[in-house]
Amino acid sequence: MVQYSQARFDASFAALSDATRRGVLEQLGRANASITDLAEKFHMTLTGMKKHVHVLERAGLVTTAKVGRVRTCKLGLRRLEEEATWIERYRQLWDARFDELDKVVGELKRKEKVDGRKKKE
Amino acid sequence: MDARRKSEPTPMKNRTTVERKSERELVVTRTFNAPARLVFEAWTKPELFRQWWVPMSMGMSLLSCEMDVRAGGKYRLEFAHGDSKAAFFGTYKEVTPHSRLVWTNEESDEGSVTTVTFEEKGGNTLLVMHELYPSKEALDAAGTGAADVMVETFAQLDELLVTLGASMGRS
Repeated sequence: MVQYSQARFDASFAALSDATRRGVLEQLGRANASITDLAEKFHMTLTGMKKHVHVLERAGLVTTAKVGRVRTCKLGLRRLEEEATWIERYRQLWDARFDELDKVVGELKRKEKVDGRKKKE
Repeated sequence: MDARRKSEPTPMKNRTTVERKSERELVVTRTFNAPARLVFEAWTKPELFRQWWVPMSMGMSLLSCEMDVRAGGKYRLEFAHGDSKAAFFGTYKEVTPHSRLVWTNEESDEGSVTTVTFEEKGGNTLLVMHELYPSKEALDAAGTGAADVMVETFAQLDELLVTLGASMGRS
């Protein structure tokens, strides 16, 4: 059965938290582009754009391939689509609930200890 | 988001897993670092249950929580989300202290049957929640519905996916 990796999901969100990177994804949705093209379009240095592309690549949102001296970037959307399925959302909902349940149960445990001590005394 | 967590001495966070066992079944598992009787108590006492069932991130508040936890007993939870209200209700089918809870969901004819088991191992409790839906469509609909609760967090991503999908379709 499919299990979704929290770490990968977090990486996707971190990658999407930046306006330039979202712009790059939109751009690549229209057509593949080299890092030089992207740097020009977003008025950035090559080094700056390389960093953004690297973040997107790590999150699996973009793939790059070097042909000759040019590195071409294209959308690697499949993984994002997979992770965005409702099962992952559902998991996050339960995860949030269970974090709260941890606190409630932790509190019960503490109370029990205190009561136990009182009884012995 | 993590700043608060880092400052707290949380020992270790147990993982929540969700698996779709079949077209009609969903299984959620999680371990709790406490004996089963305490975890069971938190599921069956309304005053405790309401402390965790609606986490902050859901962006909802729980208006009322009535639970008659015994076989044949009813439950009813009422929520507010902005101006809209929703209710979640059904019947407990089986209540076995510290080990098993079964209830139905009766908001629609396509409601699920939920079985929660509490299995204690070395002072920890493995919780398994099994949801059985009458059809694949019912599970899909319920899943997306529950997931929609997390809308705020995911709205941005959805928007982007739609934009990307549309621009990809064009090329």
